[in-house]
Order: sequence, then structure tokens, then C-alpha cells
Amino acid sequence: MTQRYVDGNALAGPLAEVFAVDVTAAVERCVGCGRTGPVAALRVYQQAPGLVARCPGCDGVVLRLVRGPDTAWLDLKGTMSLQIPLVASG
Amino acid sequence: MARAAVSGRLTRRLSWRVARLVDYRDETPTARTLLLDVAGWPGHSAGQHVDVRLTAADGYSTQRSYSLAAPADGDRLELTVQRVPDGEVSPYLTEVYSVGDPVEVRGPIGGWFVWRPTKTEPVLLIAGGSGIVPLMAMVRARRTARSRTPFRLLYSVRSPADVYYARELARPTRGDDGLDVTYVYTRSAPQGWSGKPGRIGIADINRGGWPPEFEPSCFVCGPTGFVETAADILLALGHAPGRIKTERFGPSGG
Repeated sequence: MTQRYVDGNALAGPLAEVFAVDVTAAVERCVGCGRTGPVAALRVYQQAPGLVARCPGCDGVVLRLVRGPDTAWLDLKGTMSLQIPLVASG
Repeated sequence: MARAAVSGRLTRRLSWRVARLVDYRDETPTARTLLLDVAGWPGHSAGQHVDVRLTAADGYSTQRSYSLAAPADGDRLELTVQRVPDGEVSPYLTEVYSVGDPVEVRGPIGGWFVWRPTKTEPVLLIAGGSGIVPLMAMVRARRTARSRTPFRLLYSVRSPADVYYARELARPTRGDDGLDVTYVYTRSAPQGWSGKPGRIGIADINRGGWPPEFEPSCFVCGPTGFVETAADILLALGHAPGRIKTERFGPSGG
């Protein structure tokens, strides 16, 4: 298998440790190409230490999350914005 | 602790809860459905998953994510776990984990790959192997809610022996009118099945799915390569990207 990534859905649990909302349902805008789409549709690579989420449009790194024993390190510099639904989406 | 509605998740972070095995059912020689009891479970939507955490006596701990196989039923959860050879968690859950034993679960998780019975547009479910699990939760949620939304399920398996929930899918269950099930066999097909075993293709999705002008919601779940193929075909057939939701199983070690 050459495609070694999963969907952004895989971020739901790890990000739920950090945020009080479900970030995978949020719409992110990529710094690299300006593409928008749900965080759930990002390409997540789990082989690195931590999780690396790439844009399905330009393959740029949108988000990185590394979980240590007592701390989570979240790098969002590839994310221009997150548009977060504040009610359960229908 | 007061029981929160699913939307209560918006104000409360996830915590680990103790789940105990109440019963199990073997689906295939390598997959087992676990019925778990989790006190104070807040409920969930079809398509959501949970993290399961195992902790050894020496404190070593590891976790995996599993799709919920059925809609919420009080404190009762259903997970179907596929045994991954050389896996760390799934061989324990499918072979060793016994009635009464505890594990820790955290959830429900994920609000994007979900179907809610308030939705009325036609639904196409495309499952590859164990990718059937969250899609079966949607089929069961449809039945529980007495929804009459038309559903089509396209289920790709190696052979008839690899079908999960085989009896439930074979006989039209009460409340499942309007659910069409089509199989794709990749290695060996049952006797009398017209067609040749092979990987899912345009003809399968064209026949077993909905025309794009019906604007169906499409849910695709399975191994990464399978999901990629099915999603590409849906796009090629003219389905809007926003109507295609995918959940890929990665190469993680179960």
C-alpha cells in the first residue's frame, strides 16, 4: 500500500483532548493554496512522532499535533483559519 | 453525574470511562462484535467512533480507535473489531477479552462522518471489508428511527465468509424496506452469483449507487486504497465533492 495516510477523522480523539468542540467538523483554510474543506478530509500521516495533517489540495502541512506524557504541542502555522460550527451540525 | 445530550460534547471535554464486556458475537473467523456497558454514556450518532485504551499491569498503555457498530442504546455500546495479525490491541479484544472484563473507552468522537435520521436525501454507503462497521450503524440508526430515507449499501468483501452482519443483511429486517444491498466479491463469489470476482469498479458503483442528480450523501469507509478508488469513481460519475465523506483505515497495527 503506497497511500500511507488516513483521513482527518483520525484527529478527532487527539484534538478532543485539547478543544471543547469537535474540530474535525470545522472548515480549515490552507495557508499554502487557500483551499477550504473540513478538517476531517485532511490527509493525516501517523508514522511520524505525532500526527501530521496535510492539505488534500497542495499537500502542504496544515496542522501538526504531538502528544507528550503531560502536554500536547499543536502547530497550526499551515492553517489560515478554522471555521467552527458551534451547534451539532445536521 | 447528569447525563448530557450529544450536543453536550460542545461544553465538556472527553474523559476516559470504564467499559465492561457484557456479551460478544463472532461475525467472521477474524472479527468479533463486543457489547459493552459504559455507565453514564452520553449517546452518539451513527458513524462516530471511540478510542479504546488498554493498560497493562506494569502501567504500559496503548489505544486504538474503533467505529461504533450500532446506534446509542442507553449505556450499551457495540464495537466490531477486526483482528489484525501481529496487532497489539485487536488480538486481545477478539481473543482474550472476556465477559466482565474492563477496558477504558473515550468518546463519542468525530462529528463529520455521521448520518442523522433527520436527513432525508438518498444515502449511498460504500464499504470495503471492515469499513462496513460505521455504515452498519447508519443502517441500524435508520431502522431504529423508522426513517424511510432510501439507502443503498455497496459492500466489497473477499468472499461470502467475510461478510459481517451476514444474517441481518441477508434477510430483510423489519424496518429495512428501502435498503438495497449489493455485494462486490474480490476473491470468490457465492454460487449462482452473476459476474466475476474483482475489485470495485465504475460499473459496480454506477449500478449499485444513485445517479448524481439525485444528490445523495455518499459515505465511503474501508482501507485507504479502496476509499481512494471509490471516491475517485464517485467524482468521475459527477458526484459533488462536498457530498462524499470518507473514512480511511490506515496501515496502523490494530
